Formats: sequence, C-alpha cells, structure tokens
Amino acid sequence: MPGRARVTFWAAMIVLLVLLPPVVAALKQPFYLDLMRRVMIFAIAAVSLNLILGYGGMVSFGHAAYLGIGGYAVGILAFYGVNSGWLQWPLAIGASALVALAIGAVSIRTSGIYFIMITLAFTQMLYYLGVSLEMFGGDDGMRIKTRSQFSGLVDLADPVVFYYLVLTLMLGSLYLVHRLVNSRFGMVLRAAKSNEGRSRALGFSPYLYRLAAFVIAGALCGLAGALLANHTAYITPDFMHWTRSGEIMFMVILGGIATGAGPLLGAVALLVVETVLAGWTEHWQVILGPLLILSVIFFRRGLAGALPGARDG
Amino acid sequence: MAETLLLARGLCKSFGALRASDDIDFDLKEGETHAVIGPNGAGKTTFIGQLSGDLRPDTGTIRFAGDDVTALGAPARARKGFARSFQITSIYREFTALDNVALAVQAHAGHSFRFWRKAREESALREPARRMLEEVGLGARADVLAANLAHGEQRQLEVAMALATAPRLLLLDEPVAGMGGDESRRMVAFLAKLKGRQSIILVEHDMDAVFSLADRISVLVYGRIIATGTPGEIRANADVRSAYLGEDAQ
Repeated sequence: MPGRARVTFWAAMIVLLVLLPPVVAALKQPFYLDLMRRVMIFAIAAVSLNLILGYGGMVSFGHAAYLGIGGYAVGILAFYGVNSGWLQWPLAIGASALVALAIGAVSIRTSGIYFIMITLAFTQMLYYLGVSLEMFGGDDGMRIKTRSQFSGLVDLADPVVFYYLVLTLMLGSLYLVHRLVNSRFGMVLRAAKSNEGRSRALGFSPYLYRLAAFVIAGALCGLAGALLANHTAYITPDFMHWTRSGEIMFMVILGGIATGAGPLLGAVALLVVETVLAGWTEHWQVILGPLLILSVIFFRRGLAGALPGARDG
Repeated sequence: MAETLLLARGLCKSFGALRASDDIDFDLKEGETHAVIGPNGAGKTTFIGQLSGDLRPDTGTIRFAGDDVTALGAPARARKGFARSFQITSIYREFTALDNVALAVQAHAGHSFRFWRKAREESALREPARRMLEEVGLGARADVLAANLAHGEQRQLEVAMALATAPRLLLLDEPVAGMGGDESRRMVAFLAKLKGRQSIILVEHDMDAVFSLADRISVLVYGRIIATGTPGEIRANADVRSAYLGEDAQ
C-alpha cells in the first residue's frame, strides 16, 4: 500500500513533532523537549545504520564510533576556542567519513561474524583512544563551554531553536536515505544483500557500492555525534562504548530493519521506555531486557512492520 | 566458419587430490550452441565456474573475443559480455520479477553510482525490462515477487535477466533442471529461438534438450573431455556410449 497510509503516517508524525514545543511549554514540562531532541539525534544515528545494516546487509557493531568522532570534532575545536559550527560540523562529518572509509575498506572484505567483530574491534580502539586522551578529559570526558555558533543565525542555547534544528536535520536524513535506497545505487546495494552471486554474475562488484554506503552512513552518524555533543554540552568516550553501538543497532531492529520509519520508531520506543522505567526504579534494565526480547518475538518485522504503509517498498 | 568467440586451453583445476578439470581444451564459435554433458561428478560445475570467472583455473588460459580473460573475476567478465544462469536458480527473491530484470538492464547501463533519481521510475530501465519479460512469457507476472513465482517461472526469469544484459556469451547451467515436462518443453522451445542469435554454452543433463539444441557436444568424464562433435557423431561414438550415454543414446 499504499502510498496513502505512508503519507498519512508521516504527516501525523511531523505535525506531532512540530507541535511538541508549544505543548510542553504550555504544560511546563521542558524535560520532554530535551528527551525528544535526544530521541531524534539517535534517530539520525539509527537511520544511518539502517542504510548499511538494513539495506546493505552489513551488520556493523561499531556504529557508535562516528557518534564519538563527530562529538570529539566539536569538543576538541571548542577546547581550542574554535566555536564556529560552520567549521565544527563539516569537520565532524568529514572526519567520520574518512574514518568510515578506512574501517570500511578493511572490514567490508569480510562478512558475517567476522564483519561484526572487526567493526566492533575498530570502535573499541577508538574508545580506548578517547580514554587515553588526558588532555580532553580522558575517561571522565570534557565539558563543552560554548555550543556551536552559527553566525548568530541559529542559537543552540535556545532549547526550542535547537529542537527544531534537530527535527529538520532528522527529517532531512530520513529523506536522504529514502532517496538513496531507491536510486540505482540503492538498488545495487539491496540486490547485493539479497543475492551476492547473482549481482556478481550481472557485472556488479558489490565492494565499492558497499564501501560508498558505509562512508555515507559514517558521515551521517558523524552529524548525529556533533548534535549529541551540543545536546549534552559534554563529550566522553562513552559516546563510543560498544553498548552504545548495541543501542543504535537495537533501535534499528526494534523499529524494523530496511524500513523508512523503523529507525525513528525504534529510537522513540527504546529511549522513551528506558526513561519511563528509569523514573520508576533504578533496576530498570531488569525490566527493559525482557521487554526488548518480547518485542522482537512479537514484532518480527519491527514496529514499522505493524504499521501498514510505513514500509519502504 | 564463424569467428571463435571463446577459447579455453589446458584448463586444470584440482581440489586437494581431486582433479576436477584435467587439461580441458574447449572452444565456442560466434553464434554457436556448444553443449557440455557428463555424468554426475564429471566436473561440469567446476568447468562452468572457470568460464564464468567464479573459479580461477590452476593452469591454463581462457581467451574471449581475442582477449585473455583468465585473471578476470565474474563481475569483470560479466561487463565484457558474459551472462549466466545457475544450476540452482539464482534470482533476487525479495524483488518483483520486473525489478529483477530491471537490475540486469541497469548492470548493462554503466556504473550505478547514481544516488538520487528513483530507479523504479526510470523508463530507460523499466521499459526494456518489461519487453524482456514479455519475450520470455512472464509479461503478466511482472509485479509478482520473484520468490512467489513457480519454479519454472523462476528459471525463465533467470534467463530473462541473463538476456537483459545484452550478452555476447550465454552460460546456461542446467536450464531445464527440476522442470516438469511441459515447462521443460517450453524452455527448450524458447532456447531454440535464441539459436544462431546468441552464442551459448549449455551444460545440461536432459539429453532430449541437449540433442535438440546443440550444434556441437563435448563429453566430460572425470574432468577430461573425451569427445567433441556434432550430436550425430557423439551419438555414434563408442567411448561415449560406454562411458556415459548408455541407455540414453538409444
């Protein structure tokens, strides 16, 4: 179906997200604005992972690396007094793309469990690199005194302005990936996941297409890292911890792999449920774990699979 | 006689102690259908794998249209004009029949580093794909998921994909395997229409299909080609009869 249900779904989603700031202001609950901003930042990370995991079949267990690189790009420049977002953000994206190129060039030669382990290993290396950078706070991380500055055009210190910027970038990322996966490039990527032998016999060399997707995904997640550093006004090696990679992967799986809406739904579900449970009890993980297992059992195609029309054809 | 399109000389391929290909010489002329037959375990799959580029021969050379292609992998050979069907049907099961053929058209249309325009809305890909589906008789099934096609239809789809790349050489690995009598007859009739227009290497178990389609037949036994000739010569060859054909030759 149905283009129509899909349009309705996205229209409703966008209206809800656009109306959230005035609603939370009226209810005097600014915490929820903060929560949704965090959710949408992670949704960008999940969208980028979905490109390679969902459509490309590359199960990267190291996607948090680019959150870290994006975050540290912002934090380190701010440390040296360079606060311009026009410099910080392109550096966050560019550095993430370069690192993705290096990691991808090696790991995409492998597949299956080896691919998972290699991407995990690279990210652990970066995590320990972060821990060892005493100058930038080492293990403890480092506060960012001034958020990224955009020539006075966008003020990230204003929570509502920052919220709408994140919303815009998230919608842009969703649309970008939607176009990518339906382009000739995306068809080759998905075909290689479906049947690599057939692709090779037709004349496609999957390696370069996969590497390009890996770099695009890394760059996009680097943007999420730059946003996250501004969101928390703090950078820490924990951005790159392997459990963080696992969380992003879980958002993709919970939401529905290779679906358009999945990463957003997965990020909303995981972070909101986590927050609600953490409000009740400090042992929230004991409840979250079984909930996640049940959701995977009952929503085989993810949350997006339960919504007619939310799937990309 | 027509030009030689493909020339294989001295192909050897061993897996451990097993010599799957033992000094194979083989050639295909432009427009010819050259069939390879042989009992199970004779090394047919290994042989076709070396031709397609999925396997690298231990020694020997393969020339295609005058160029040495021995060192090229399958994608590079495909771009030179090789196309193949597999013994076990190899299609994109999660895509529709039309998507499958459109991907084959796309493979022939240069690189695919095009990131924005929707491939499913490009008539340059969809129209030729639709025509090819009509040609193999799957026109009405264009929007069905490939996984939901009947077995025979999947085999037709695979042939349609091979043809959609406008190949110079068609490698068909048991195209009628697992087909019912009717389906099999239809496929043979379709392949017969390609005869002369396409250069075909046909590996097949079904003797009726082989003897009705092939211009020449090579017989592969224990990794060696023991005879090459016209269907009439092969039928009359005593070695072949004792080694392989048995009752089938009658």
